[in-house]
Amino acid sequence: MSTLFEKIGSEAAVDAAVDIFYRKVLADDSISHFFDTTDMAAQHAKQKSFLTMAFGGPNDYTGADMRKAHAPLVEKGLNESHFNAVAGHLQATLEELNVPAELIGEVMAIAGSTKNDVLGK
Amino acid sequence: MVKITYAEQRLQSEDGESVLDTLLRNNIDAPYSCKVGICQTCIMQCTSGNLPEDSQKELKPNLREQGFFLSCQCYADNDLQIQLPKSEQLFVTAQLIEKQCLSPSVYRLRLQTATPLFYHAGQFINLKRADGLIRSYSLASLPSEDNSLELHVKRMDNGDMSHWLTEGFNVGDNIEIDGPVGNCFYSSGSHDQALLLVGSGTGLAPLMGILRDALHNNHNGPVYLYHAAFKEDELYLDKEIKMLIESADNVHYKPIITQHMTENYVVTGRACETALIDHPDLKNYQVFICGAPAMVKFMQQRAYLAGASMNNIYTDPFENKELRKEPRD
Repeated sequence: MSTLFEKIGSEAAVDAAVDIFYRKVLADDSISHFFDTTDMAAQHAKQKSFLTMAFGGPNDYTGADMRKAHAPLVEKGLNESHFNAVAGHLQATLEELNVPAELIGEVMAIAGSTKNDVLGK
Repeated sequence: MVKITYAEQRLQSEDGESVLDTLLRNNIDAPYSCKVGICQTCIMQCTSGNLPEDSQKELKPNLREQGFFLSCQCYADNDLQIQLPKSEQLFVTAQLIEKQCLSPSVYRLRLQTATPLFYHAGQFINLKRADGLIRSYSLASLPSEDNSLELHVKRMDNGDMSHWLTEGFNVGDNIEIDGPVGNCFYSSGSHDQALLLVGSGTGLAPLMGILRDALHNNHNGPVYLYHAAFKEDELYLDKEIKMLIESADNVHYKPIITQHMTENYVVTGRACETALIDHPDLKNYQVFICGAPAMVKFMQQRAYLAGASMNNIYTDPFENKELRKEPRD
C-alpha cells in the first residue's frame, strides 16, 4: 500500500505545490498580512513543512505546535474566513497541478483537521 | 539551564538567546556584523557539546566537521565549550595591488593571494583589519579571467572599514581575508534561461561577476541588468558595462537614477520597480538581487509574486551594521 504522500508524488510534488500555493496566499490581500515576509526563504520553508504534513508526508507537527505558532495571529484577528481562504488556495493549487480529486479530498481533510488548533478553539 | 564556556568563563544562556547574544550580554567583545546568519563574521569553533544543525548549515562541510558554527544562529540546547577560531584556520593574507576611484564614493580594490582562491564570481569574502574589524565585500572578478580579487568599496558616512579601505589602506599593504561565502552566483545549468540582475549601489559588484560569468559561458538566454544609483556619477561602471556588452546582443543594461531625472537617463524610480514594469512575468527567469536590504527584500517578494520560483531567486542583501545606531535585535 502506498501512502497518500507517495501517491501524490512525494517531495517533488510538495516543492511544485508550495511555490504555487505560497504565491496565491501572498497575492491575496485578505490574508497576506498574516504572513511575515521579512524572511521569505524561512516563510517558504514553513509552507513546505505545512504542505508536507497536509500531503501525509513525514513531519513532526503536533496540535500544540500549531496552536502555539498561530496564537499571535489569532490575537491579530485570524478567523475562520481566513482559514477557509487559505484552504481554498490549497485546493486551487492541487487542482492546478492536476492532482486526482480523491487525493485532493484526502489532503483537504488533513488540512481541515488543523482548524481548531490554528484558530485556537 | 544551558551553560556556554568561553575563555574559561562559564556563562549562563537565557531562554531564546543565541550564543552570540550570551557573549555580548556578558560584555565579551565577540566579532559579528549582520546577526542574521549571512555574513559569517561571528563564526566560532565548538570544542565540546552538540551544535544545533541550524548553526552550521551555511558553512562548508570541512568547516562543519571541525566544529565551526555561526554564533548568531546558535540556540544551544546543551552545554557548549567554544572558542574564537585561530586566524590561520580561516584567514589567508592578501595584498592590495590596485586601488582606483570609480565615482565620488566608490573605489575598486584588487587583491592578490599567494594561493589562488577558489570561488564563484558574485560570492563575497570577509576582510579582517589588523585590529579585528571584519566586513564583507562581494567579488566582481571572474576566477577564470582575473588573477586578482576585485571588490567595490563604497565609502559610507559612518563606515569605519570603508573609510580605512579607501584612505588608509595602500597598494602593497596586506590584509587578511576569508571566504568565499554566499550562493548568489551564476550556474551554467541556466544556459537558456532569462537572467534578471537588479542592484543598487555597490550591489553592482556581485552582479558584474555574475554578468561576466554568464558572458564567459556564452549564456544563451537574454540577460537584463538594472543598476540604480542616487546620482548619475554614482553609476560607477556605466561606460565599462556598455563596452563589455557591446558585442553581446542578448545582454541589456538599464541604468537608473533613483532621485531625479537627468538628460541622459530618463528612467527614474527604484531599480526593482523599473525592472518589474519591463518584466511583469518572471516565470522561468533567474533573478539576482543585490544591494540595499530593503530593496532586496521588496524585490524578492515582488519577483516571487511575478512568477519566479523561490529556487530561482538569489539575493545578497548588504546588511550594514555601521549604518545602524544600535545593533539589530
